[in-house]
Amino acid sequence: MELEPVIGFEVHSELKTKTKVFCGCKNAFGDPPNTNVCPVCLGMPGVLPVLNRRAFELALRTAIALHCEISERTTFDRKNYYYPDLPKNYQISQQYAVLGRRGYLEIEINGQTRRVGINNVHLEEDAGKNVHPETAGARYSLVDLNRAGVPLLEIVSEPDIRSRDEAEAYMHGLRSLLQYCDASDCKMQEGSLRYELNISMRRPGDPLPDYRVEVKNLASMKSVLRALDYEIRRQTRLLEEGRKPARETALWDDAAGETRTMRSKEGAQDYRYFPEPDLVEVHIDRAWMERARAELPELQHQRCKRFVEQLGLPEYDARILTQSRPLADYFEAAVRLHNNPKAISNWIMTELLRVLGEEVEPDDLKVRPSHLARLVGMIDSGAISGKIAKQVFPDMLETGRMPDEIVREKGLVQISDTSALESVVAEVIAENPDVAEDYRAGKDKALGRLVGQAMKKTRGQANPQLLNELLRKTLRGE
Amino acid sequence: MHLNEQTITQLAPLLQARKLSSVELTRSVLERIRALEPRVRAYLSVMETQALHMAEEADRRFKRGENVTPLTGIPVALKDNLCTQGWPTTCASKILQNFVPPYDATVVARLKDAGAVFVGKTNLDEFAMGSSTENSAFQVTANPWDLERVPGGSSGGSAAAVAADECIAALGSDTGGSIRQPAGFCGVVGLKPTYGRVSRYGLVAFASSLDQIGPFGKTVADCALVMNCIAGRDPADSTSASVAVPDYASALRADVKGLRIGVPKEYFVEGLSREVETAVRGAVARLAELGAEAVEISLPHTPYAVATYYLCAPAEASSNLARYDGVHYGYRAADQDNIIDMYTRTRHDGFGTEVKRRIMLGTYALSAGYYDAYYLKALKVRTLIKRDFEQAFELCDVIATPTSPTPAFRAGEKTGDPIQMYLSDIFTISANLAGIPAISLPCGFAQNGGHPLPIGLQLIAPVFREDTLFRVAHTYEQATDFHKKKPTL
Ligand SMILES: [Zn+2]
Repeated sequence: MELEPVIGFEVHSELKTKTKVFCGCKNAFGDPPNTNVCPVCLGMPGVLPVLNRRAFELALRTAIALHCEISERTTFDRKNYYYPDLPKNYQISQQYAVLGRRGYLEIEINGQTRRVGINNVHLEEDAGKNVHPETAGARYSLVDLNRAGVPLLEIVSEPDIRSRDEAEAYMHGLRSLLQYCDASDCKMQEGSLRYELNISMRRPGDPLPDYRVEVKNLASMKSVLRALDYEIRRQTRLLEEGRKPARETALWDDAAGETRTMRSKEGAQDYRYFPEPDLVEVHIDRAWMERARAELPELQHQRCKRFVEQLGLPEYDARILTQSRPLADYFEAAVRLHNNPKAISNWIMTELLRVLGEEVEPDDLKVRPSHLARLVGMIDSGAISGKIAKQVFPDMLETGRMPDEIVREKGLVQISDTSALESVVAEVIAENPDVAEDYRAGKDKALGRLVGQAMKKTRGQANPQLLNELLRKTLRGE
Repeated sequence: MHLNEQTITQLAPLLQARKLSSVELTRSVLERIRALEPRVRAYLSVMETQALHMAEEADRRFKRGENVTPLTGIPVALKDNLCTQGWPTTCASKILQNFVPPYDATVVARLKDAGAVFVGKTNLDEFAMGSSTENSAFQVTANPWDLERVPGGSSGGSAAAVAADECIAALGSDTGGSIRQPAGFCGVVGLKPTYGRVSRYGLVAFASSLDQIGPFGKTVADCALVMNCIAGRDPADSTSASVAVPDYASALRADVKGLRIGVPKEYFVEGLSREVETAVRGAVARLAELGAEAVEISLPHTPYAVATYYLCAPAEASSNLARYDGVHYGYRAADQDNIIDMYTRTRHDGFGTEVKRRIMLGTYALSAGYYDAYYLKALKVRTLIKRDFEQAFELCDVIATPTSPTPAFRAGEKTGDPIQMYLSDIFTISANLAGIPAISLPCGFAQNGGHPLPIGLQLIAPVFREDTLFRVAHTYEQATDFHKKKPTL
């Protein structure tokens, strides 16, 4: 039986604001528990939320970048459920007049562009975190509410994704878009980007299946893909056995490599959504909308085009460099300091992409754009050779020191001083009279052997162009 | 006349001229509280030390002549659902019995800035849910006019405290009549402002789209002075209005010439006590004598108000009260086995019957499958009720009705029958649903053996026309003596 997966995503992204979405507390990761809290985000009696305009604008910007229809009047609703990390026992979210609807994200698969529908984009507040003591038999849990009230953007896709590759492209694409909008840090390890998956299987061409499995607790893109593989196998097997997978919500167990039922359809929660009476509707008038469109930052495809047209990069380079905004920013920062885009691009693509990944962002690198710009600058000025540069680079990666410093310390400065090289050239010719004769007789290749000898004598520090030139002149008796 | 019996209008000039100190005045109020509380039980907590400190501070202001307002040095009572920093705020509920807020409600902060003196926190129906203050988890407040009767509710403690001269003025909150009905029952003046006129920040929410804080006073003028202090936009309350606040004191003109007083026929129906009807019709006639014009109007959706209210308010309440779960603050049941057990037992033991009834009503109204039929339909009727008033106000400037169908009823009389209890708010609920301001003031007395019972006249105005209410109410008050009569205690 030929089956294809029907996949959709719910993505939660914490917005990059200074303060929380409904109070003035700091929006920060990693502070001591319950230090970024106030009566509002603690849900104390009588307090009221006040919408953070910056959070709303970031949400609006993202919704526009996702080509959503924007609600002229958007409102907030309460999603009611009990959980200790949710101090009010309701989450302020959007259900009835959400910010954006009916958008799409373009992804590229095998050189072809596909649109994944976005059902809706809405703004809500994050919950805190329950901390369970590791002591066996402990009869308590702790709650950290630093995260409670952090602005959260939820992006709900249509079930338009049909393969693992498309799922991967969607995740990358959405992450990139959020970064380009400057809306989120997208750090999965800090929980600022969280994916939830829904998946079912059908025969191609069939209508959408009447069941679907929602998978939560996916800590990384890798987990998402593993969970996806697992569910595709599991559901396919069931269907091939003539059984229908149950409609359920499941948790991914990364260690065990399998999903576990969290609740079945019967246990589905009724969130009793109703309009949040403590907030007023946000009216996005035409002027605001126009301003938001005008202030939309340069997105990936625009930047890629600019790298090709203005910086003269090959399309291939430009594409790779613009895949993530931090990388593109890194590249541009280096180019601003030393105007040799192609050389900087080469260094990033050959040396940096190896170390970058889901865990390591350009911001985490010790080699800053200024370091890389300096390195390429030194090559271009002839201060060092490309070969020396490659020797220096691992040190730069590890220590974050400037290349000048490393070169000086290791005594790797290129010899570009003619008088210093003249004696070496004389020595090499004297020591290899037959090779010199071959060259004079017209065998151009012989020059290379002499250059090699001279390099050896200078421990690779001779400026290769200068060396070539000096050898040629001396041999011709000029 | 004792100091504690006087009004802000009378006391403020004496204080400002330093013919009287706030400490003296506050002492007289505290003495009255000590003498009467065993019988009236209006207060849940009396802030004796703090009150005297605040009075001393007020006296320093008079001495320096700085930051003096009409409320400086005036002893005021606060309903115990208004958060007071460092002082317990219980909502008359076991679940918040030991809760001490680390913040002041905006109205509390404004009164503090004005130099008012807080004498205590007053009793209420638990979480402001009720019409008799009998739903308090801690005590039943007596009506100063007849101690066997209820003071009304939910702000029964504030109304009784003002009526018994246990304070000069008080704040209450009104979700479906909780200021006006007790004001009517206790023979004082009580105003529910326009929704959004007064910040709700720090008012423990019952039904957020209906709750408004408002003043109780011995006169209309006193209510206007308190409103001058508490009204206005608050950045901490998104639903507070940016509409400019007029000087309400200057609205107190004894003149209603040319004003049209609407009398809605739907309010004079079966269940309305004869004495109340007579008093209210008499009040309309008196206003007509004073130059106003009485016109009959219709508010056709009035019969649906109570049902609409009992869907909207409990729905919001079920969500607002979800936070009282024993996790973060307040009461927590002991010896729980797991989190669900902790939630269940905390809420089972912590909430009273009426609160639990409304939580269940509201939860039901919002549940999947019922939301459209109940909650959404109620919202639609709410819009129709609002439209009724908009149309009515094309024909009149202010609407006059009874505040409640009967004078104060006996304690225990309606506790067994929630529907009868709910119907005592039948005339006040619509103003909350429509978000418009309404005031209750004394307009007569019903016979009751040796204990005459006050009757309340309700005046309703269009949004943000508190000034019109003050004008009409003040004119009527000046022409009558009902507000001068005191209960014999
Ligand atoms: Zn906060």
